[in-house]
Amino acid sequence: MLLVLLSIVILISSASLALCLGRNASRAQDAGAYGAAAASAAGLIPALQVLLTGTAETISFPWPVPLGSFTFTLDPLSAFFLVPLYILTGLSAVYGVDYLKNYAGRKPLGLAWAAFNILTAAMVLVFTAGNAVLFMLGWELMAAASFLLVLFEHEKPQVRRAAFIYLTAGGAGALMLLAAFSLLGAGSAALDFSSFPSPSRGIASAVFLLALCGFGLKAGFIPLHVWLPEAHPAAPSQVSAVMSGIMIKTGIYGLIRVLGFIKPWEEWWGWTLLIIGAVSCLLGALFALAQHELKRVLAYSSIENIGIILLALGLGMAGAACGADALAGLAFGGALLHVLNHALFKGLLFMGAGSVLHGAGTAELEALGGLAKRMPRTAPLFLAGSAAACALPPLNGFAGEFLVYLGAFRSLNSAGSTAIAGVVSGLALASAGALAAAAFTRAGGAAFLGEPRTERAAKAREAGPLMLFSMRALVLLCLLCGLAAPLLLAPLGRAVASGFGLSFSAAAAGAASVPLLYVSAGGLLLLALIALAAARRSAFLGVKMPAAGPTWDCGYAAPSARMQYGASSFSQPLTDFFQPILRKLGQYPVISEYFPGRASFSSEAQAVFFNAVYLPAAVRIRNLAFRFSWLQHGRLQLYIMYIVVTLLGLLLWKL
Amino acid sequence: MEIIKPLLQCLAALLLSPLLAGVINRVKAFFSGRRGQPLLQLYLELYKLSRKTPVYSRTTTWVFKAGPVIGLSALLAALAVLPFAGRPSFLTFEGDFIFLLYLLGLARFVTVLAALDTGSAFEGMGASREMQFAVFAEPAFFLGLAALARVTGQGSLAGMFGALTGESWRTAAPVLALLTASFFIVLLAENSRVPADDPNTHLELTMIHEAMALDHSGPELAYILYGAALKLWLFASLIACMVLPRHSGSWVLDSALFGLALLGMAAAVGVVESIMARLRLTKVPYLLITAFAFSSLALIFQLGR
Repeated sequence: MLLVLLSIVILISSASLALCLGRNASRAQDAGAYGAAAASAAGLIPALQVLLTGTAETISFPWPVPLGSFTFTLDPLSAFFLVPLYILTGLSAVYGVDYLKNYAGRKPLGLAWAAFNILTAAMVLVFTAGNAVLFMLGWELMAAASFLLVLFEHEKPQVRRAAFIYLTAGGAGALMLLAAFSLLGAGSAALDFSSFPSPSRGIASAVFLLALCGFGLKAGFIPLHVWLPEAHPAAPSQVSAVMSGIMIKTGIYGLIRVLGFIKPWEEWWGWTLLIIGAVSCLLGALFALAQHELKRVLAYSSIENIGIILLALGLGMAGAACGADALAGLAFGGALLHVLNHALFKGLLFMGAGSVLHGAGTAELEALGGLAKRMPRTAPLFLAGSAAACALPPLNGFAGEFLVYLGAFRSLNSAGSTAIAGVVSGLALASAGALAAAAFTRAGGAAFLGEPRTERAAKAREAGPLMLFSMRALVLLCLLCGLAAPLLLAPLGRAVASGFGLSFSAAAAGAASVPLLYVSAGGLLLLALIALAAARRSAFLGVKMPAAGPTWDCGYAAPSARMQYGASSFSQPLTDFFQPILRKLGQYPVISEYFPGRASFSSEAQAVFFNAVYLPAAVRIRNLAFRFSWLQHGRLQLYIMYIVVTLLGLLLWKL
Repeated sequence: MEIIKPLLQCLAALLLSPLLAGVINRVKAFFSGRRGQPLLQLYLELYKLSRKTPVYSRTTTWVFKAGPVIGLSALLAALAVLPFAGRPSFLTFEGDFIFLLYLLGLARFVTVLAALDTGSAFEGMGASREMQFAVFAEPAFFLGLAALARVTGQGSLAGMFGALTGESWRTAAPVLALLTASFFIVLLAENSRVPADDPNTHLELTMIHEAMALDHSGPELAYILYGAALKLWLFASLIACMVLPRHSGSWVLDSALFGLALLGMAAAVGVVESIMARLRLTKVPYLLITAFAFSSLALIFQLGR
């Protein structure tokens, strides 16, 4: 526990150091990166220890803030979120050293590193806070630090827009959380998590809805996702990795914590989560398929994965409502395991996208191509990450989803509504999986394979050694977590027990262990077969020298890079089919003559929800707010007077 | 003896799967009044290709070579999960069909990447369509397996098919018939047969699977063709296990009957191919959605029982 606090101290002091050294880019980089890496190393020890032993630790200091206390709790649930946090932030910091070199001199790197380390410290605070005031402090600090990081390239107008949307979403979410915690702690002396009174049914439902929206705005499930595909791609890539990999999981963590305070669960809560999750994973994957920029593809894929996690939580709650503990435990376990797995592969993918951006100067899919030749070390890492994101064995993405599937199929043999919950979640997972596979083959293929489509892509250069180091470490972890999934079951069970209840983990342990062992065996068999098939192929080739030639374009002798299938042509059959949902904007050439002349084609993925729902709503709110503009004069004296009048009013009320 | 059975079953699949393609071709030849290729044509081709020197496009990278290797390995691993005549193979566990489904997904993933690696418009076209049809085929297949799990109350493929008896066909005939129809449509689409795709045309704009292998040659092409034969065997096995639920208790007799059923499946594919035209490309999703509807109906019937 003390080491976790130490990691916070290291992070904050290295952040201040980086800020002070801001003028000297390389020293600021060192201070920030070494600090983050050291904090990760220090923090991982207690987190792993708690997961292995299962004993929770609490430290409390007095804090002269009304309702607040410096209470830190490290239980297996916290630890299960801390492990990916430390792994990912540490590796991202290492990655960032090489990645940010391009910006030295142009950008205040000291500030960026300070914000990064404070973001990390704030997330540690969120995962370990045992008091609502402390939790909200961490929560707001996290929002502020990440806002600064999103603004890193503030000279671009779309970045400023993204940051503004992000700030608004964060503020709205925090307000709802404040309301939720106030309802929870009404009447108690301190807002300690351990001392929340058991709420009445009506209050519990209100808290559930507030927490769902408040945490949902951070987790980014549909329809509360609009900020995510704007903000995540705008930040520097190692920050995108942290934001998509672990920061959105703070929303999931908070939701699980609050669900623990408002037991027993109502049945409709589970169904709400299930439906939101199913919609998020399907639409997230579908929107990912329509994006033209690599980091936006990944951002939408994060929405898909958050949907999968939420879907699993909902399935578990639906199962728990009808007493199917094994089913609930499998689903909860799947949700948590997917939290870990998604952090690993999404971190890897964002770093890969960052390397593309770093090496080719653009991440627009239609401008890339052929990077596998120019960035031979990055390409296999990115493609492996894509395979993990599609939940393909033997990588890690499969294990978590497999547990959810097991839960879903368990439910099939139970009565009525639970069976339907199982069918809905299984079907959503399978369909989202197929869509995600299309999205990732499209993104990986367009960026790395074929011929370069532009000059910039042709001149792309390989990522730096530290960037490669971080990505390699993550690929290794992806493979390891895939093959050694049965070993993860014991710590996972402890996390499920501490987050949801002992009965679930106990019931699920027996149900999950044998199938997961077989899955691992199957993964090893697959690797062995690949080795065998590769060896057999070399034996077939023998000493023969394969000939080299042009790509055979059905007799056409001068194929050019522009004739390749591009990203939008690859996805066109599917995006056209789903046009009523995607509402792509575009211009298709109409051919009317026998010898058509020059034609142009354009297609743009629309932010459907933002344009259809949020923008009109925002305009309404703004118009309403203008009616109160007479209160705003921009004069400081007047504002001070408002404050004084308010204080006087409060004083009189208290008298 | 018990350990040898799965081994013999896998060996049978490895050795006999290219035969199915031969049967299909002979049936098609019969319908069109030709003599047709030798029954063992695919074996000969595999042998020939394995000894050829490949030609690699200058555009391609390691992805192009890894695609057939990983794709074939995924299908070989799937054989270890696939039941034979309703009897378990090596890896039989709760949820094994999910593993099977994702192994097929892996094979598709690497095949598509290998096709995109050539930078050819034709291969890109095939890859794009393959992914499109998978989006419709996968839910249909998944829902069908869910219905089957509900019918039998079992969690593994071998368990499900082992629990199917003649009695199940009497009590749940509509469900099983719908499932058979759904799986057969998925088989046709996944194995690029008419009416979803035409394996005879290499150079038409409607081609899907063949287009993705245009640049592959030599041992890599042999891997792809062999993988396709295994995939056909795999889907045909699932349907054969369903329509042939009677277990005599004798392993030899069951296996022989199962083998005959597989040949029958191949003949059925050949008949469909002979008497039907290929659908227009834009209509193929509707065919797969029909399969999805069949699966959902089966599941709804079963949930209502």
